[in-house]
Amino acid sequence: MKILTGNDLKTGEVIWWDGKGWSRYVDDAVDVGERGDEILAREDAARRVNSGYAIEATKQDGGVRPAHIKDRVRALGPTVRPDLTLKPADPEAGNWVI
Amino acid sequence: MYLYDSYDQAMVDARVEEFRDQAQRRLEGRITEEQFRPLRLMNGLYLQLHAYMLRVAIPYGTLNSRQMHMLADIADKYDRGYGHFTTRQNIQYNWIKLEETADLLADLASVEMHAIQTSGNCIRNISSDHFAGAAADELVDPRPYAELLRQWSSFHPEFSFLPRKFKIAVIASDTDRAAMRLHDIGIQIVKNDAGELGAAFYVGGGMGRTPMIAPMIREFVPLDQLVTYSEACLRVYNRYGRRDNKYKARIKILVHELGKNEYTRQVEEEFKHLLDQGVEPPLAELERLKPFFADPDFVDGPKTADRSDPDFALWVERNTHRHKHDSYVSAVISLKPVAGIPGDASSEQMHLMADLAKAYSFDEMRVMHTQNVVLPHVRIADLHALWTKLEAAGLGSPNLDTIEDIIACPGLDYCSLANARSIPLAQRISTRFAEKGKTEQLGELKLKISGCINACGHHHAGHIGILGVDKKGTENYQLLLGGSEAEDTALGKITGRGFDEDGVIDAIETVTDIYLDKREDGERFLDTYRRIGMDPFKEALYD
Repeated sequence: MKILTGNDLKTGEVIWWDGKGWSRYVDDAVDVGERGDEILAREDAARRVNSGYAIEATKQDGGVRPAHIKDRVRALGPTVRPDLTLKPADPEAGNWVI
Repeated sequence: MYLYDSYDQAMVDARVEEFRDQAQRRLEGRITEEQFRPLRLMNGLYLQLHAYMLRVAIPYGTLNSRQMHMLADIADKYDRGYGHFTTRQNIQYNWIKLEETADLLADLASVEMHAIQTSGNCIRNISSDHFAGAAADELVDPRPYAELLRQWSSFHPEFSFLPRKFKIAVIASDTDRAAMRLHDIGIQIVKNDAGELGAAFYVGGGMGRTPMIAPMIREFVPLDQLVTYSEACLRVYNRYGRRDNKYKARIKILVHELGKNEYTRQVEEEFKHLLDQGVEPPLAELERLKPFFADPDFVDGPKTADRSDPDFALWVERNTHRHKHDSYVSAVISLKPVAGIPGDASSEQMHLMADLAKAYSFDEMRVMHTQNVVLPHVRIADLHALWTKLEAAGLGSPNLDTIEDIIACPGLDYCSLANARSIPLAQRISTRFAEKGKTEQLGELKLKISGCINACGHHHAGHIGILGVDKKGTENYQLLLGGSEAEDTALGKITGRGFDEDGVIDAIETVTDIYLDKREDGERFLDTYRRIGMDPFKEALYD
């Protein structure tokens, strides 16, 4: 699947296109097929996303897994600071990245 | 340390307001990201993996307690309660919001700090010896010269759009603690046969994808021509440095392609042309700067400390450095606890370091390029009290220059350029060697880790270096041996094929075991490597 990601212009937070808007959680990301450029152009113009881009991902066990490790790190947060990731209660969450 | 005058303050304040306007225009959509990007980078604001990252300049690594308290307050107010001290003697914050950045910069400006020229193709923060003004072995304090060059290079209109970024280091001792020859320009303050002070210029060094050791292009530049000669070096680079290929745009490539002799000839020609152009500030300006770096009022006291506590004795042995006044030492606060993140400090730790600097070091600190913090002037009589407080705060690791004192770039955990993570390796290596009790046995061993070819973790210059690469979407690590960033500057050589994360940690242990087996009396890892060469290590790693 192809999903869209970028950063929130104001806060810099990593965000994912969920079909209607932008979510902090990669699991909310939807397959945009070939519509990625069109959505990104519109969202960039509306200043709802900064430096957006499309990536490959797969749907696994109900979750969305970006193909490249860099985007998995973006999706979770720094593996060396579990407390600052989106899964602060799970010290093993970093294993998902690898 | 240098204190702003009204001109400095006005410039920095004006820059804050200029950035406030630029950021507002971006947020309102009046300028695009493409237009805004160079503007934010001029103010040290990057967009990294998780958020905006702000790099704050700490000129030649020197700061006072008021400034460190502010850095801690900024960590709490605008970030997530911590900061990361970098290999350029700066600090970075990882979780900055664009909408708050101007306010953050205003807070910085209130303590005479800024983030100007910490990014972009300009002259970056000038680095120096972290023991400057304190070391027993220095000729003079190099910081007035670094400050003179800082003022010359700040907002320099001709050098704001260089082919590529430009880094300068200034030292004043034969012992190089600033990786001087791995800079675009390395300057060593020296004395000639007539007893006059001057500057030796080394140009064209650097790490990155094409590491090079800077050759000396001039043995002695009189101090009243220091700025002019620097300008000549930059002018030749600015004119002929490659702008068509960013990977060949650093001055090291120009010096290499022209050859040292031709580059030097062109610099000398430009220098001659510049000499009567009024580039050089009057020597009086240098003399005006010197009192800012005058010695504090040292007082005589005990020359030795009671080392009956073995833990304290080890810390004194490892983490203190000989001072020019025999009742003092420079004390290094390690930001490398076992399993910790190299260079990270919490806001609480920053406040504590500031308080300790005020209490024990004439209100002064230095950030080391090795990502630790120095209290430069500590009375030997105060050492035990200082250590006790550091220990209680987790800042008393006795591991300076050991295998636990690892330089690691932020790597793929934070950096958008990285191919592999650096920090987890540092954490696992320090843990393994500490748990096995091998750290002290190994003695001086400088291990440096970069998460990509840009070499922010100085892997080329590590006695042992690790370079993270992307191997078909997975992290892979190359191992290098034999580098040095000291006065015996050397570039490490790759051992052979790379390793996965577990494999490279095992490989580190393998090469250190070879060292322990082969070393002769008094040899450091690097000495043994130089004596026996790469082969025994390769055999152990790959056969």
